[in-house]
Amino acid sequence: MSAPIPYADAVAEFEPVIGMEVHVELGTESKIFCGCPTAFGAPPNAQVCPVCLGLPGSMPVMNAMAIESTIRIGLALNCSIAQWCRMARKNYFYPDMPKDYQVSQYDEPLCVDGYLDVMVPTDDGPMVVRVGIERVHLEEDTGKLTHAGGATGRIHGADYSLVDYNRAGIPLVEIVTKPVIGTGALAPEVARAYVTELRDIMRGLGVSDVKMEEGSLRCDANVSLNLPGAERGTRSETKNVNSLRSVERAVRSEIERQAGVLKSGGRVVQETRHFHEDTGVTTPGRSKEHAEDYRYFPEPDLVPIAPDPEWVEELRSSLPEQPSVHRARLAEAWGIGDFEMATLVNAGVLELVEASVAAGVAPDAARKWWAGEFTRIANESGVEPASLAVAPADIARVEELIASGALNDKLARQVFEGVIAGEGTPDEVVAARGLAVVSDDGALLAAIDEALAAQPDVAEKIRGGKVQAAGAIVGAVMKATRGQADAAKVRELLLERLGVIDN
Amino acid sequence: MSAITRAEVAHLARLARLDLAEDELDHYAEQLDVILTSVARVSEVAADDIPPTSHPVPLVNVTRPDEARPSLARADALAAAPAVEDERFRVPRILEEQE
Amino acid sequence: MSTPLERDLIRQSAATLAEAIAEGEVSAREVTQAHLDRIAEVDDRVHAFLHVDGQGALATADAVDASRAAGELLGPLAGVPLALKDILAMKDVPTTCGSRILEGWRPPYDATVVERLRAAGIPILGKTNMDEFAMGSSTEHSAFGPTHNPWDLDRIPGGSGGGSAAAIASFEAPLAIGTDTGGSIRQPAAVTGTVGVKPTYGGVSRYGLVALASSLDQAGPCTRTVMDAALLHSVIGGHDPRDSTSIPDPMPDVVAAAARADVRGMRIGLVRELTGEGYQAGVEQRFREAVEILEHLGAEVVEVSCPHFDYALGAYYLILPSECSSNLARFDGMRYGLRVGDEGDRSVEEVMSLTREAGFGPEVKRRIMLGTYALSSGYYDAYYGQAQKVRTLIQRDFDAAFAQCDVLVSPTAPTTAFRIGEKVDDPLAMYLNDVATIPVNMAGNCAMSLPVGLAPEDGLPVGLQVMAPPMADDRLYLVGGALEGALRDRWGHLLIEEVPSL
Repeated sequence: MSAPIPYADAVAEFEPVIGMEVHVELGTESKIFCGCPTAFGAPPNAQVCPVCLGLPGSMPVMNAMAIESTIRIGLALNCSIAQWCRMARKNYFYPDMPKDYQVSQYDEPLCVDGYLDVMVPTDDGPMVVRVGIERVHLEEDTGKLTHAGGATGRIHGADYSLVDYNRAGIPLVEIVTKPVIGTGALAPEVARAYVTELRDIMRGLGVSDVKMEEGSLRCDANVSLNLPGAERGTRSETKNVNSLRSVERAVRSEIERQAGVLKSGGRVVQETRHFHEDTGVTTPGRSKEHAEDYRYFPEPDLVPIAPDPEWVEELRSSLPEQPSVHRARLAEAWGIGDFEMATLVNAGVLELVEASVAAGVAPDAARKWWAGEFTRIANESGVEPASLAVAPADIARVEELIASGALNDKLARQVFEGVIAGEGTPDEVVAARGLAVVSDDGALLAAIDEALAAQPDVAEKIRGGKVQAAGAIVGAVMKATRGQADAAKVRELLLERLGVIDN
Repeated sequence: MSAITRAEVAHLARLARLDLAEDELDHYAEQLDVILTSVARVSEVAADDIPPTSHPVPLVNVTRPDEARPSLARADALAAAPAVEDERFRVPRILEEQE
Repeated sequence: MSTPLERDLIRQSAATLAEAIAEGEVSAREVTQAHLDRIAEVDDRVHAFLHVDGQGALATADAVDASRAAGELLGPLAGVPLALKDILAMKDVPTTCGSRILEGWRPPYDATVVERLRAAGIPILGKTNMDEFAMGSSTEHSAFGPTHNPWDLDRIPGGSGGGSAAAIASFEAPLAIGTDTGGSIRQPAAVTGTVGVKPTYGGVSRYGLVALASSLDQAGPCTRTVMDAALLHSVIGGHDPRDSTSIPDPMPDVVAAAARADVRGMRIGLVRELTGEGYQAGVEQRFREAVEILEHLGAEVVEVSCPHFDYALGAYYLILPSECSSNLARFDGMRYGLRVGDEGDRSVEEVMSLTREAGFGPEVKRRIMLGTYALSSGYYDAYYGQAQKVRTLIQRDFDAAFAQCDVLVSPTAPTTAFRIGEKVDDPLAMYLNDVATIPVNMAGNCAMSLPVGLAPEDGLPVGLQVMAPPMADDRLYLVGGALEGALRDRWGHLLIEEVPSL
């Protein structure tokens, strides 16, 4: 067994090639082949019918909106739209599949051959990577399995399983990239940026709520390594990548693992692996005894799809503003450059900044808080910034308090800490924790006198004209007031006290 | 020379989830061989530039509007199930994880 | 009408019964009860029925009687009872498809065909026997025992819809629904001396019809007269938004065509490839005599050649198994039907395999494996892919023939009814029964079988097949009606009247 090698060493020696397979659950009202509702969270098997249960004799009828959404996604990804194509049956047995075949597309996808430009920040400025899109096609989702009797709730070691078919038949769009080469050490960031950008596009199109935590955006990451100039290596496929952060971590972890295998003279096995959130590494799935043969053939119960070219052009011309265009517009409005914008996107906070600006927060302040403090807190807690319990209105309020002098930067951080921890609104946290800036001059002067008395030599220096030495006294007063003094005010009062003019 | 071997029949049975007995494998291999030899004459037809017909009726673009309709009552959905637990279909333990 | 009608309700045509009910001469309940009594009397020997729903049928009959009493307008077949092939989903009524794997299954929904029958006030007497999942030409592959041909109880009634045809031929019902994938309505009609029609593909909804081969299956009428078939065809036919392959255009007026029953000026093509070697002498003889009658009635008869018909059987036995191997995958013991082996710590893979091994009969297993083979990677192009191309060539042969003719004719089946057990162990010999009917399913057009005499060598019924272009179902009834009328005039009765009494 080989051990993974450190990332820097791995990418110094090998070239990673990545490929992403993303499934988007369309937010249609009804399922792909029947009128069953698609709402998330319904009681098990309460949203099924003969069609999506695959009862003998049932027949599918295609949801027009599913076709339209798939085409719009393809257009947004610069794909060519098929003039004529068919659905196909992918045949295999599995208990979450009511018909023991999945209706999908095989050699005739609806959309092919597109691209998506993604931007990642690098030390040398933002890098644009053009991710080729191999295909975008439409298929039906399966039911949901829960595994019972085992310790982990996972499939291994389970005694039996339970199936809920509510999800069976929900329309899925599968987006497959061409292999992405030349990303080098930035492969994990590129992967994450790609999924982020895809997610933003889906939101912009309004075709899905793309919530990774709810499964309406699912991502499989393919990774292979090769020596520079050599043939492409064997790839692994990693599943259970349930957040943007996990995309990055999974790719990184696979690079380290595969490099370790190759360095020790071994061979990378073509396999499906499972990503673990807690450990940040991948483990192999149960390897299959026999290779699967899906025996694809055209679905005889559905007729071919031939999108009217005029209609496709209408859809193309009514696409919403591309996220990249949208971002350029924001960058100009906020007076920031590509690098700063890429940083916001990469941290997954662009929309949060946008929402905060809409709530009245100055762009600079919004960026500062989201890309700085909140990203730090999110990373420490292992969550996405968007899931922190702080709203744009909260930020607007805190900024107000700072502007009025009631809070300083250090206190503001403590207020946000409290808000995120669920202690209440900014005002409630200020009150509960007693975080107001000390504005009472009397209290400040008392603290100043104490500090001066404690450091007479410093007091001498200041009186002697060394104004810089005032910092030590100010620091002592800040400490004494637990940071709740306005440092500039303290300095002002101190110099006044000592009769020194600040030049 | 036979068109299909016993081993191939075993493979087909596994793909099709049919637990055939040993003697059945031989029996079906024989019969499938005869049938395959007979149907193989379709390859005698020169059809390189002939388009395949997957649908006898030339319809395209049959769709329905995206409107939700009432589902089956849950009791009806589960009524015929061999095993039910927690309002779900209970199935035996799964060995081979599916992608 | 008088007492003879009341005594012989079961021997009347559906059209006559419908009229009598509408006129108030007899109640729908009486008619349904008479047929239930007949079933009770003879079905122990015929075994046409797998399930009899007396209660449901009488309830429908009573509703029709109530409607009539309230002065409401009745549909053209209201109150006339019907036997339903057990492959159509009927809510809360056992639907087995002739298989152990669905033994006891009661669907939670009605097929569209069933909905239309109910809406028409047609009492459904019960579900009829069939080859398992419609795979067969003799009904010997039913998991519940064969059906017996009323003409000779030691012989097969044809298949896969032997139950429906035998129910008609034994006067257990004046109407029946069958399904036809390669001849399963027409061939039983031929060997039982009854009428059977396979409508244009897409002409009758497949929603609720348990699929065998999705691109070939079609439900259709089984009756004793051409007019009865037309009336039933009108009830069940027409567009269904729940079936994506259903034809959106309105149905042709088959009832008007059956009434006109006129072939003057029609050009009738004899398909060279569908006669001659392999066809029983008596079958050929009766066929040719019937063609002569059509000429006397004013039709012009020409010979046409459809060379690719010789490959139809091979292509069919690649396409059908391929589609059915996929359609039957859902029978895995997880959601309904039989489950075998779920004890101890058997895996789901094992339980699925044990269930399907126990639940499916040998013919079903054969075709599933054939289909799995034909679709598997490495073989797809040579087998399934090639068969799809042969299908195109068969369609082109039909197109060329129909450019010269209005309809084509052939014997429906190469032989009369063979003995039970005679061919059941020889799959290829069994498949050959469909050689004349298969091309129509491959192309998707329509065809009818009607009785044209008894073969001299064995005294068993012979059927003539009429084939028409897609959507031209009315032409079947023009020709069938005319021929039936001429034969009835010649014999003084319909052929079915000669069936031995049970």
